[in-house]
Amino acid sequence: MNESQLTIPDITKLEKLALKLRRLALKIIFQAGSGHPGGSFSATDLMTALFFGGILNYDASNPKAPKRDRFLLSKGHASGIYYAVLAKAGFFSESDLDSYRKINSERFLSGHAHPKTPGVEIASGSLGQGLSVAHGIALGTKLDGYDSKVYVILGDGELQEGQIWEAAMSADKFKSNNLIAIVDYNKVAQDNITKDLKDLEPLEDKWNSFNWDVHRIDGHNMEAIMKVLQLPLHAEKPRVIIADTIKGKGVSFMEGKTAWHGVAPSAEDYEKALKELE
Amino acid sequence: MKDAATRDSYGETLVELGAADPRIVVLDAGVSDSTRSKKFGDKFPDRFFNMGIAEADMVCTAAGLATTGKIPFATSFACFLLGRTMDQVLVSIAYSNTNVKLVGTHTGLAVGEDGPSAQMIVDIAYTRAMPNMIVVQPADWEETRQATRALAEYEGPAYFRLGRPKVKAIFDSSYKFEIGKGRVVKKGSDLVIFATGIMVQESLKAMEMLEKENIRVTLVNISTLKPIDRELIIELSTSHGAIITAEDHNYIGGLGDAVGEVLLDTQISKPFKRIAVRDHFAETGKGPELFEKYGLSANHIAQAVKDSLR
Repeated sequence: MNESQLTIPDITKLEKLALKLRRLALKIIFQAGSGHPGGSFSATDLMTALFFGGILNYDASNPKAPKRDRFLLSKGHASGIYYAVLAKAGFFSESDLDSYRKINSERFLSGHAHPKTPGVEIASGSLGQGLSVAHGIALGTKLDGYDSKVYVILGDGELQEGQIWEAAMSADKFKSNNLIAIVDYNKVAQDNITKDLKDLEPLEDKWNSFNWDVHRIDGHNMEAIMKVLQLPLHAEKPRVIIADTIKGKGVSFMEGKTAWHGVAPSAEDYEKALKELE
Repeated sequence: MKDAATRDSYGETLVELGAADPRIVVLDAGVSDSTRSKKFGDKFPDRFFNMGIAEADMVCTAAGLATTGKIPFATSFACFLLGRTMDQVLVSIAYSNTNVKLVGTHTGLAVGEDGPSAQMIVDIAYTRAMPNMIVVQPADWEETRQATRALAEYEGPAYFRLGRPKVKAIFDSSYKFEIGKGRVVKKGSDLVIFATGIMVQESLKAMEMLEKENIRVTLVNISTLKPIDRELIIELSTSHGAIITAEDHNYIGGLGDAVGEVLLDTQISKPFKRIAVRDHFAETGKGPELFEKYGLSANHIAQAVKDSLR
């Protein structure tokens, strides 16, 4: 799909799908009795666009196809939405989601993703590693002469890890223009709002000074997301998309709240949230 | 056969491997002249990634490369390669089960003058403790050649422990390295020494001294520290009167513990001594001086043998 083909109905379809995916993610977090709704909802629109907007080239029936594009969720705690998206994309069935965070999970739907799960490239759960891994994949597919692109979603809190900036320097050094990092800038971490925990600003300046191709969008505006994801690759720079998002987006009582970083909803809150996500 | 540092043998073998297999890629963290990975880089610049002084980034980049079917050798001084990256190695390599070979050079007190911050003595302990990880330390030039090739063929995470100083040739080309197999270097009768890395050479020196006193010991090279050769350890521990282990590593978590675990599991009760660093940091000084002062020299091994036989 390119920009000229993208119509309002397409955008509306993606927006509806994003709502459905939020409901699914919340359902499995509720069923599991644990998980991370806040960071799942901030990343939902971005992941919906990637997987269902025709951006990522993947084949769910052949998840290891060598020429595929790659998607990595470096902020691995948002596994609720990750698995919801992978199931919807056909990597496994929606009924598999019932075993999320439960023992003997056949698809290994662990609290944080692991490559035993179809569609998952690498284990996550320790922040700061995904950009380096994604860059390694970008180097590998280039060596093979493939046009594969590598997308990685980073949390904003995660940018406090020094390794992110090691990787930022490396991708510049190797001119890895097939690497696209997306910062889910929801401004809220587990302990505190990110700004008070350790401020990332000026964030665009930081990436610019590392010589990346920097874009900033509203991470809940589907049209803006699709537009930026459809841009042709930069000639030599890796790309970062700083997506301004809202933690817990879509559920009024979750939005912007640190409290909803890592807890499952009660039955009452679950019902309330589902209504808001209609 | 050749007297050479294991890192030299590694560097040469990488070049041969690189010529034969395009999947071989090498990463370094800014010390490629010392680790000898530079030899590969000079020959295959497209498949050599010098990540700068950024070990965490390097090992995760290696993990990413591995998921694309490459066989990455991520190389640096062991202190930094592992010391700075336990979390990265645990999650992106061991737990993810990515086909990365971590190659740590400049291990143990043998490093010498750079002092304790450069003398890696805890690496065997913690790589052994990681699920999915195998641990290999070759004793000489020939074994390093073969082990480098074997690790390239082996599918899975591995730690390869190499040294800085030149070591004596022990094996000729008839030797066959196999992951998981120990090898009797010399057959004796009075006692068995299980040694690894540079301590095989040190043990041979001790045995020369002991032979003058008519003490004949069996020396076993344990180059795979995990999975350890249980069968051979059980067999030789049963058939000898006493057991010594020898390693240039802290005595906690290394070869001594690995052999001790086998003995405990199988209820083999024999006099047992561990030649190793005794849970302290050493100091600056030449490698052989440190071996003498901190209990790792041939003299100490010979003394331990005599004490065990008393």
